[in-house]
Amino acid sequence: MTTREAAGDAPIVRIEGLHKRFGDNEVLRGIDLEIAEGEVVCLIGPSGSGKSTLLRCVNLLEEPTEGTITAAGHDMTGPDADLDAARCDIGMVFQHFNLFSHLSILDNVAIAQRRVRKTGRAEAEAEARRLLAQVGIEGKERARPSQLSGGQQQRVAIARALAMKPRLMLFDEPTSALDPELVGEVLSVMKGLAAEGMTMLVVTHEMAFAREVADRVLFLDGGVIVEQGPPAEVLTDPKTERARSFLHRVLHPVD
Amino acid sequence: MDTTATAPARRRMTPRQRRRLARGIQYAVVIAVVAVLAAVADWGRIAESFFQLDIAAAMFPAVWTSFWNTIVYTVLAFVFGMVVGVPIALMRVSSFAPYRWFATGYVEVFRGLPALLVLFLVGFGVPQAFPGIQYPGGVYGQVAIGLGLTSSAYIAESVRAGIQAVPKGQVEAARSLGMSHTRTMITVVLPQALRIVVPPLTNELVMLTKDSSLVFVLGVTTATMELSKFARNELTDSANATPLLVGGLLYLLLTIPLGLLARRLEHKGDAR
Repeated sequence: MTTREAAGDAPIVRIEGLHKRFGDNEVLRGIDLEIAEGEVVCLIGPSGSGKSTLLRCVNLLEEPTEGTITAAGHDMTGPDADLDAARCDIGMVFQHFNLFSHLSILDNVAIAQRRVRKTGRAEAEAEARRLLAQVGIEGKERARPSQLSGGQQQRVAIARALAMKPRLMLFDEPTSALDPELVGEVLSVMKGLAAEGMTMLVVTHEMAFAREVADRVLFLDGGVIVEQGPPAEVLTDPKTERARSFLHRVLHPVD
Repeated sequence: MDTTATAPARRRMTPRQRRRLARGIQYAVVIAVVAVLAAVADWGRIAESFFQLDIAAAMFPAVWTSFWNTIVYTVLAFVFGMVVGVPIALMRVSSFAPYRWFATGYVEVFRGLPALLVLFLVGFGVPQAFPGIQYPGGVYGQVAIGLGLTSSAYIAESVRAGIQAVPKGQVEAARSLGMSHTRTMITVVLPQALRIVVPPLTNELVMLTKDSSLVFVLGVTTATMELSKFARNELTDSANATPLLVGGLLYLLLTIPLGLLARRLEHKGDAR
């Protein structure tokens, strides 16, 4: 299952029999998935295939209709699940950044440490500065989110998630809302994170990123995992017709 | 093709000429109305009724006490309105249905009742029903509650709208960082919601400034009198309307800066 030899122990994410319905619309139709510690998994597939819903089920921003999920050592779907505690260990980055618009950049990164972890102000801000430097944002500590470019905002959002020292990071189309020339700066931060061994689950349309960084690529369509494997396999030589035609459309949009 | 253009024209106006003509007619009407009013009005009589400088001067400095009381009553009622209104707003968006029912009922009742009636209830109804009840601060406490109850219903509705205007992504981001529902409300949603509702809340402050003129029904002394009552007393004493003009100007001295402030804050919100 896993592609990294180091990952011998229990998987950091285990999803079994996951279904999600919105009214009559069944978006996820039975997902089974295990992700090993340190693994980078990219979720690709056409819009409406359930990629984002699957990602949002992992930290229970969406409540599964059926199935069990454990993530970062927490039983997410159990009756005694402490979701707030679990979400401290699961970072999430959103398509539209969702930085707190009333707070400065520094406070955006420091606020959760202070209010959730009850870290002291000085310590939280020192950590926030370190993380901002790590994502290449310096000298903007006092600025408001709206004063930053989309790429900068997304990098701050990554720093904000990292501030909780998560064991797992979820990325929901992190570059889809960005101008093309700003995509690279965000992807390179994510690449650095992957190189440090962070476990990452990434919904993306950036095939070059998936090819280079992912250990495994999952192709979702119609709410099921249609195909999965190393990027070289899935992206270059897909076995199913659905994956083949999707990739053709993504890679050759004008044909 | 050219036949229509060269046809001996009934002289048609261009759109530009038509606009100028319309504008000219409107100016002419306004000038005519002003001229008629100026000719008909008895200016001597008007000046005598409203612009008696000695009567105006005699109001000072005593009028400042009532001016100050107007401010105090307004602020007290607003503070009460905020302290009660914000929790009511939170209850209105609660996932716990009984909270929602209570808050909806509260808002409907106090938004639906005239402020004057609520003031009477607080000033006379409650003391009669609960003998021995003492409002903290005497008439000040009565005013804070009496005007504040009505105000809290309006404030609750504004704040609720503000809470609902905070983008869902802000809540999701907060929850994904491990913040509880309550923590998310306090740290992320309310600060943004209150910023959104600054303009309507400033408007509420203007309304309260004016509603403080109802306080006289509680029976006030010289020390606790507000601006309208003071002006009315002076009107009776002097048998002249000048005190009303002075009182009105003093109200505008409060409400116009508030309006300007609201507009400025609104634009500041745009820049964000």
